[in-house]
Amino acid sequence: MVTIDDYQGQVTAWCPGCGDFGILQALKKALVNLKLEPHQVLIVSGIGQASKLPHYMRCNTFNGLHGRILPVATGAKVANQELVVIGVGGDGDNYGEGGNHFLHAIRRNIDITLLVHNNKVYGLTKGQASPTSDPAFVTKVQPGGVVSSSFNPLSLAISQDAGFVSRGWSGDIDHLSWLIKQAIQHKGFSLVDTLQPCVTFNKKNTYRWYKERVYKLAEEYDPTDRLAAFERAQEWGDRIPIGIFYRKQKPTFEDQLAGLKKGPLFRQKLDPSQLKPLLETLS
Amino acid sequence: MSVDLTLKIGGEAGQGMQTIGYVLSKTLARGGFHLFANQDYMSRIRGGHNFFQIRVKEEPVYALSEEVDILIALDKATVKIHRPELKEKGVIIFDGEQIDISPKKPHLLSVPLERLAREEGGNKLFSNSVAVGAALGVLDYRFDILAQVLKEVFGRRGEETVQNNVKAARAGYDFTRENYKDSQVSPLQSGKGNKKMLISGNEALSLGAMAAGCKFMAAYPMTPSTGIITYLAGKAREFGLVAEQAEDEIAAINMAIGASFAGVRAMVATSGGGFSLMVEALGLVGMTETPLVIIEAQRPGPSTGLPTRTAQADLEFVLHASQGEFPRAIFAPATAEDAFWSVVKAFNLAEKYQVPVIIMSDQHLADSYSTCHKFDLRKVKIERGIISDTELTKIKDYKRHRFTPSGISPRAFPSQKGRIVITDSDEHDEDGHLTEDLEMGKKMVQKRLKKIEALATEIEPPQVYPHENAQIILIGWGSTYGALREAVDILIDQGVDVSLMHFQEIWPFPTQLVTSILSKAKQSFCVENNATGQLARIIRAETGRKVTGKILKFDGRPFSSQYIIKELKKKKG
Repeated sequence: MVTIDDYQGQVTAWCPGCGDFGILQALKKALVNLKLEPHQVLIVSGIGQASKLPHYMRCNTFNGLHGRILPVATGAKVANQELVVIGVGGDGDNYGEGGNHFLHAIRRNIDITLLVHNNKVYGLTKGQASPTSDPAFVTKVQPGGVVSSSFNPLSLAISQDAGFVSRGWSGDIDHLSWLIKQAIQHKGFSLVDTLQPCVTFNKKNTYRWYKERVYKLAEEYDPTDRLAAFERAQEWGDRIPIGIFYRKQKPTFEDQLAGLKKGPLFRQKLDPSQLKPLLETLS
Repeated sequence: MSVDLTLKIGGEAGQGMQTIGYVLSKTLARGGFHLFANQDYMSRIRGGHNFFQIRVKEEPVYALSEEVDILIALDKATVKIHRPELKEKGVIIFDGEQIDISPKKPHLLSVPLERLAREEGGNKLFSNSVAVGAALGVLDYRFDILAQVLKEVFGRRGEETVQNNVKAARAGYDFTRENYKDSQVSPLQSGKGNKKMLISGNEALSLGAMAAGCKFMAAYPMTPSTGIITYLAGKAREFGLVAEQAEDEIAAINMAIGASFAGVRAMVATSGGGFSLMVEALGLVGMTETPLVIIEAQRPGPSTGLPTRTAQADLEFVLHASQGEFPRAIFAPATAEDAFWSVVKAFNLAEKYQVPVIIMSDQHLADSYSTCHKFDLRKVKIERGIISDTELTKIKDYKRHRFTPSGISPRAFPSQKGRIVITDSDEHDEDGHLTEDLEMGKKMVQKRLKKIEALATEIEPPQVYPHENAQIILIGWGSTYGALREAVDILIDQGVDVSLMHFQEIWPFPTQLVTSILSKAKQSFCVENNATGQLARIIRAETGRKVTGKILKFDGRPFSSQYIIKELKKKKG
């Protein structure tokens, strides 16, 4: 029986009170709940405070470059579909530096889960605006306040018909853990955008600020209605919904790759003599 | 007299030069000849001026000639541009009913290409087949070989298309045989050698990857490397591999890294611009010690440069690309045949040493077709350098980046019970966890660099032809081999004491051998398709020796032996 202890990792270097702790706990709980053992799981992360997460648990880890979580995760999943592949990184990683990959991961619909720690600020580089920072948010680099509008990952994902679009909140670990579990179980690309406070650099979107606003999508909410989901994804301000906004079952990338019909790539025998008939045709 | 025949087909983009060039090449190769064929095309889909040239010999040939025996002109511009290249007894085949040139001179062979195409094939689209037939008629070549090749090439489009092509070709063939019996081009009797393979550099690189068991390839289309993903994608189902067109080159290389980390042989292919985007991830390969093969097909730069032309101007870039220091290997195959074997070796070294191996191709190698003997697949050895399950069970505490005397750590994949595989782009400890322990960081740098020692012993020293003791040494790398070797043969015939030192594997640099050869030569000249002599600078840096001179060409076109000889005579004094 796999337990939380099996996922015990290194000592963390996050600030005390960081929202990352809630996400880490929720992720471990979800994996244990799914009876997944550490060797069955691969976490691919980028660079940022969030991307340090896999070091603080115990499972296969590729902690790569800033913004490049999804391509590495895609390659790993194509090579070995037996792995549960989870991408972990922050809003800068996924919506800034890696924005293009986010679009194309949705298009591919590869069966990986993307867990975004969205604290609406850059932590590792000490407090600059992120793509999701609210307009007018003041930082040392944006002393007059953020001018650009805030990136909305949910409405973008829904507009592109992503198969699983959800938002969690690091202050509600049980709900977040449930969301992550649903996302992993979903066949295809799944997004768990997770709101989290940054206790050091974001004095606006604090625990209290979220607590006063966050609410769970009602049980009667129909996540298969794309237009309603899009509309709900616009809701921000006094009330902030969390939960599964949209889901749709679609064929996955791996299911459709001709090269995988013979089985997972990493299990295939390498045999140069297979080329013989092909070489015959070249003369 | 031995055969040395050059055919050139010229016309606008969109006139199908590539197809008829291929048909003609295949027909000549099938007849037992060696050949080297290359296309020169503009970065456009229609119009402009493109040409395809084929050089035919009885012995292996890897370079073009500047002189043409048969010019097939599909437009008027071709006649104007290429007429000066014609040999004394050379001929021009053109459609006198379409192109306004009066066929007064004996070397102008007017053939009603369009009319015969319409009459025999039912459509002017078959004019190219008429032209191929006409050229082979002039050579009195065996028509049945052409008919068979047309059948193979157009077979997919149905029997009717095949028949129309064959009829059109026959009409052209008969026309020149009847009307231009007295043309002075020597007839080409086929049937001497064995059947040979006819492949392009891109095809050879792709086949090498397949033979080596490459299961994942990602790329963003970029000339002249695109042929590789195209070829592999076409074989994906049959051979169980994935060739993914990524959203950009950054994604391409990171995907390949992910696939390699997860346990399969993975590769990317690009040109200089795309490689620029891949550079950060090249460092990731170095840091995480994830094996990867990278094909960099060069074209003139900087920036977008000349997309469809050739160059060798990325060598120093590739050698030094990325921040930080880590081992890498750089290959530069000389011919298509070499290209096949270089990819096979690249995968073995990449996995054995857990390093990036970069193969420098270029437009000239990528797009040129040449004949070679069928690859002996029994010689393809696959060495994965992966720790076996038995060995692994003996290790209590698996560490992906464990310190070892060779610097090579035991490589395992994620997903196997009992071990966890961890790696990081940050400096890390033996487990793979990020660290800021500076002593550990220093040891990790040393561990990675340690791998160079054994890697260097695997590098094939430059090929020296014909011997080491010549007074003059010509030095080249990669696709210039054919022109250089031919230049050396001609010069030796002329009494010049000259040899060729040619690099097919450049890095780690074979310092000792190069130093010894250069110390014996009176004069040495680096011959490179770039403007500054990049290999010459690397030789200087690695051996302390300065070459006497450089023969450089950076007009986007490949070298010919004639050009090298002319330049050498100016420079050698």
